[in-house]
Amino acid sequence: MYYIDPHIHMISRITDDYERMAQCGCIAVSEPAFWAGFDRGSVEGFRDYFRHLTEFEPKRAAQFNIRHYSWLCINAKEAENVSLAREVIAMIPDFLDRPNVLGIGEIGLNKNTPNEATIFQEHVDLAMKTNELILIHTPHLEDKYKGTRMIIDMLKNDRRVDPARVLIDHVEEHTVRLALDGGFWCAMTLYPTTKCTPARAVDILEMVGTDNIMVNSAGDWGKSDPMAVPQLIQEMKHRGHSEAAIRKVVFENPLKFFRQSHRWQEWEIPEPSRDEVPAETQA
Amino acid sequence: MTPLAAEQALDRYFLEARAKLLDIAAILDRIGRGANASAVENDPRLVRIREAIAVLGDQSGGRAERIQRIFSLEYEPGWRMPEPK
Repeated sequence: MYYIDPHIHMISRITDDYERMAQCGCIAVSEPAFWAGFDRGSVEGFRDYFRHLTEFEPKRAAQFNIRHYSWLCINAKEAENVSLAREVIAMIPDFLDRPNVLGIGEIGLNKNTPNEATIFQEHVDLAMKTNELILIHTPHLEDKYKGTRMIIDMLKNDRRVDPARVLIDHVEEHTVRLALDGGFWCAMTLYPTTKCTPARAVDILEMVGTDNIMVNSAGDWGKSDPMAVPQLIQEMKHRGHSEAAIRKVVFENPLKFFRQSHRWQEWEIPEPSRDEVPAETQA
Repeated sequence: MTPLAAEQALDRYFLEARAKLLDIAAILDRIGRGANASAVENDPRLVRIREAIAVLGDQSGGRAERIQRIFSLEYEPGWRMPEPK
């Protein structure tokens, strides 16, 4: 089964991870800009980071026939430095012609502060002016429900925003319907302690269905597993879900969302096996 | 997507549920055995854990979502949001 990991921070992972992911069927990843574990000191630090995301990682991934896409922004954790955040937002357009860039992300809220909300809105302004897709980080743990509601408030308050071009990430049981009912795409992150386990993610799929939803590992420098999507595939198989349903969640849905990017270039999509095609459409 | 039949789900996840309940019990015992255990008796985190455990015994469904809300800050309608430019 081929799959796409639509949210993984490969800058924090070793080359062996690319190799293992490819061996398990990964054929594309997308990497949002995120917090480095420390606050960067200047806009030039971000310029170097964006070069890494748009120049080096695509080459490293290509060694294993994995297509690498990226998203650009300054993370909400660094939004408290409003002047630096504005410098970074002003610099992002320098990279928007890079072929692997899908849009603006992962923008969002962290502790739901006024400065975070201001910088979130300014990223949305940029995305609207440049016709970019948006990938949204929702806060962790106790801040998630409140922050997700605030993010959706801001998106609904902006008449330029088409929810079908926005992906709300890290949804869980208490936020998944907020995203889907608002017409947004959403994603579940498979983290061992602080987000969804593969079993809970499959529970959520059983409750809300497979439209406009995907899963990711969000593998990074913290405790996380770049092989999390294959674990979800195994959990779905274990419960008897069809190959077609699995393929929709781990491959077709991220591809459908990415294809909305105005820079998207088609590539040869591997044909699904007979088991991955719904029975009613088989010849 | 059709979920597993209840009996199958029970067969498949019983041991996992048992193990996780034992983990929770052991964590609470560990806290209780610690020095100054009475000082954390009313810690808001422990209070929420007790509320969440009460949800487990409720048969009306949606337990995971309800427990998520117990561990969530309340949304504040009417918060002052920035305007689009």
